[in-house]
Amino acid sequence: MAKKLGLKERYALMTRGLDWEPSYQPLDKLFPYDSYEGIVIKDWDAWADPFRLTMDAYWKYQAEKERKLYAILDAFQQNNGQLNLSDARYLSAVKLWLQGVTPLEYAAHRGFAHAGRAFRGAGARIACQMQSIDELRHAQTQLHAFSHYNKFFSGFHNFAHMRDRAWYLSIPKSFFEDAMTAGPFEFVTSISFAFEYVLTNLLFMPFVSGAAYNGDMATTTFGFSAQSDESRHMTLGLEVVKFMLEQHEDNVPIVQAWLDKWFWRGYRLLGLVGTMMDYMLPKKVMSWQEAWGIYWEENGVALFHDLARYGIRLPKHHEVAAKEKNRLTHEMWTVLYQYGNALGLHTWVPNDEELDWMSEKYGELFTSMYRPRLLHLRELEQRGERFFNNRLPMVCQVCQIPVFYTEPDDPHVQCVRIVEAAGTKHHCCSDGCADIFNREPMKYVQALIPPQQIYRGEAGGARDIFEYGAWLHLERDVDTGEYRGSPDQRHWQAWQQQHKATPADAA
Amino acid sequence: MTIDLRTTHVEPLRRNFDHIAARIGDDKPASRYQEGVWGLQPAVNFHYRPTWDPAHELYDPTRTAIVMRDFDDFVDPRQYYYGTWTMQRARQQESQEKNFEFVEKRGLLAALDDAWRVKLVELVLPLRHVAWAGNTNNASICAYGFGAPLTSAAAMQMMDELGVAQYLSRAGLLLADNEPRFLDDAKRVWMTAPMWQPLRAAVELSMTIADWFELFVAQNLVIDGLVHPLVFDRFDRRLAAAGGAGFSLLNEFVVDWYAESSRWVDAMVKLAAAESADNAARIVTWTSDWRARIVAALAPLAEYGFGPDGTATLAEVDAGLVARAARLGVALEG
Amino acid sequence: MADKVFIALQNNADAQPIIEAILADNPEAVPQESPGMVKIDCPWRLVVRRESIEARIGREFDLQELHVHLISLGGNLDEDDDQFTLAWTR
Repeated sequence: MAKKLGLKERYALMTRGLDWEPSYQPLDKLFPYDSYEGIVIKDWDAWADPFRLTMDAYWKYQAEKERKLYAILDAFQQNNGQLNLSDARYLSAVKLWLQGVTPLEYAAHRGFAHAGRAFRGAGARIACQMQSIDELRHAQTQLHAFSHYNKFFSGFHNFAHMRDRAWYLSIPKSFFEDAMTAGPFEFVTSISFAFEYVLTNLLFMPFVSGAAYNGDMATTTFGFSAQSDESRHMTLGLEVVKFMLEQHEDNVPIVQAWLDKWFWRGYRLLGLVGTMMDYMLPKKVMSWQEAWGIYWEENGVALFHDLARYGIRLPKHHEVAAKEKNRLTHEMWTVLYQYGNALGLHTWVPNDEELDWMSEKYGELFTSMYRPRLLHLRELEQRGERFFNNRLPMVCQVCQIPVFYTEPDDPHVQCVRIVEAAGTKHHCCSDGCADIFNREPMKYVQALIPPQQIYRGEAGGARDIFEYGAWLHLERDVDTGEYRGSPDQRHWQAWQQQHKATPADAA
Repeated sequence: MTIDLRTTHVEPLRRNFDHIAARIGDDKPASRYQEGVWGLQPAVNFHYRPTWDPAHELYDPTRTAIVMRDFDDFVDPRQYYYGTWTMQRARQQESQEKNFEFVEKRGLLAALDDAWRVKLVELVLPLRHVAWAGNTNNASICAYGFGAPLTSAAAMQMMDELGVAQYLSRAGLLLADNEPRFLDDAKRVWMTAPMWQPLRAAVELSMTIADWFELFVAQNLVIDGLVHPLVFDRFDRRLAAAGGAGFSLLNEFVVDWYAESSRWVDAMVKLAAAESADNAARIVTWTSDWRARIVAALAPLAEYGFGPDGTATLAEVDAGLVARAARLGVALEG
Repeated sequence: MADKVFIALQNNADAQPIIEAILADNPEAVPQESPGMVKIDCPWRLVVRRESIEARIGREFDLQELHVHLISLGGNLDEDDDQFTLAWTR
């Protein structure tokens, strides 16, 4: 009788020696992309997939997840689950997810296919390939979940067109393209490690838990289900980083520079996620500041303590993030609010109850500085003078966020850094972004800057923000603008009335 | 809170996303397959050139010589999105699991004599390395190909080829009571036996192809299109006749997968060839070139597997490829 | 201060015995409930044991089934047939 194989042994045997040393082509010709970054690998066999998933087990458990997920999506759609949301304002967060995050899932699918082809080590290749197809899963399950919202609400219908053009979607797009255009080691460090291990927990745990609290079963279901794949990806990322650090000491400064860069790049992108949590969830679970405390300052920092044995230190500018955590989302919301005529989602001034929650969570700075500003905006709106900034913002050459954040040590002063390359000056929003620019200036001078494209006439010749919105296929005051008085709000109220007038037990 | 379906009627504002409606209108909702692939790949405004390939944009249709008006036309006839694909594979996996148990419990491969067992080890098990190359090559097609319908199906093909390689590994383990000795033997012949070297050289060459559509033709149409019928059909029949019917059970997944994935491969080739005379001419050149190379590489293996019938068996399999290509609008010399 | 590892699971009926098993096997573990999920933090090291889960569900359990309920984790992972361990190096 055959002996029973354990998990580790079975995985090792089933993938045993599948790859081979080529005899008829140089190894570098088969794998041309994994050496130019300067990472030294002495022994690829030292890398092992910590989950040791073979395809048979992969199909079994992934199919079980998919069966559960689609059963819930079907029920949600058949039962008009959108009517059980806390409020239609919540959908601004979902719109931003579809426009900004779902495209990243597809990009990750392609990026990990590249890494899954590029590495000459078989184990690392398989793990990247599994991640590639998982990411395809996430893109598709999100589309299938959001498709239902598209039938009933604005702002979803034109996401594929906006994804490649809208100024604020250039923030996530440039982030991911930055990673994908780097070499495969930097790509895996940036996405699996810095982005997923250190940062996406903030999107998929507190935000998705918030989605559950706000009645969005569709997002909750795909969100938690996707994050279970992400936990594999994070572990892969951690293994890849440890592997690089263990293979050669010369790898340490390279990896440290990547961690510095991608911590900051990811943190800047998370400004949008924080704003989704603090402003777009009508029922709140936890504040951005609290989430940052748990997921970065506790869990993220614990990881860096663990990596200290390799000579890795905390990423540069982490202390700036700590200084900004009580104002990041309030500053970002002000930007989204004022450029509301060029957004595919609605913005508004929070109600009193929400302002009280923010005062409680954010304390003195919010109460003395941001609350009065929000109340001023409310007053303008009530006078029929809802504030819109219809001019184009100056955006950061690296993170693409309008240059509006304030100095780390003074929330009253706008933070601007000027960098220079090839005789041209560029603007950055922070020392973190300026550092990233200065390390690879010839990469970042290539960045497409949407306001500059508009001025050059490359946005369909748009002459003002409304023509720009039309070029994005945004329907003015339907997809864009203030929430109060929007068609989304009117429909929502009518459906809720009808819903209340005919309760389920009346029939 | 529950909603009463009979009393709450909520009129939809639209049925489809704009880019889907542009293809099929808004009268009926798109299928989950259509929704899951069309328009998913970014189209314009790429920020930076790839440091690993500065001659191209990040997403670039010119990584192949094949020209299409719209790469989103490359739809998969199986209509697989991730959910349907993985659920189908899980069902196959369950049935394959039962086959493995059955063969093991009944000792179905015990009846095979040593000479045939050696043939099985030396002719079939090394194909796990060919499948591994198929995995790598489809990773290329997924990474450097163009359009989400194509990359989505290529990712599935990539993982399926890994599944094939792992099922062959399991068969090798089962034959040796879970010891790796036959897998090691198979690797040794793959690396050193003269009869395998032409195929290994061709496979290594395929891994250097830069044009992803040429790679698609070489790997999915020609290499798999000749190897699978030769070994998992013709040789499998011989083996069955010699008391190795149990082996067919171990390969059920491989055989079913080949038949099913061929529908996708055929649809891609047929569509590209029908698009223009230039495309068709290129596909003819690539197919002829790779067909000649792989048929020559398989000759010593056919001789080993089929003895004096080797030449005729290989010619039969080759004729099958020619007939298949003809159905796809790819006319090869007979 | 001790660095904490964590595991987060969906808060559903199937995951309950797993959560119970984890809390029983790791006396220092602290569960934190949020809508839809439970996050379990533990200083330095946390172990999920197959036998403890099997004792609660009355059937065989393959630790890879964890993936179906898992949301996220933090810590260096080591997994074999009997246990799933998350740990930080002290």
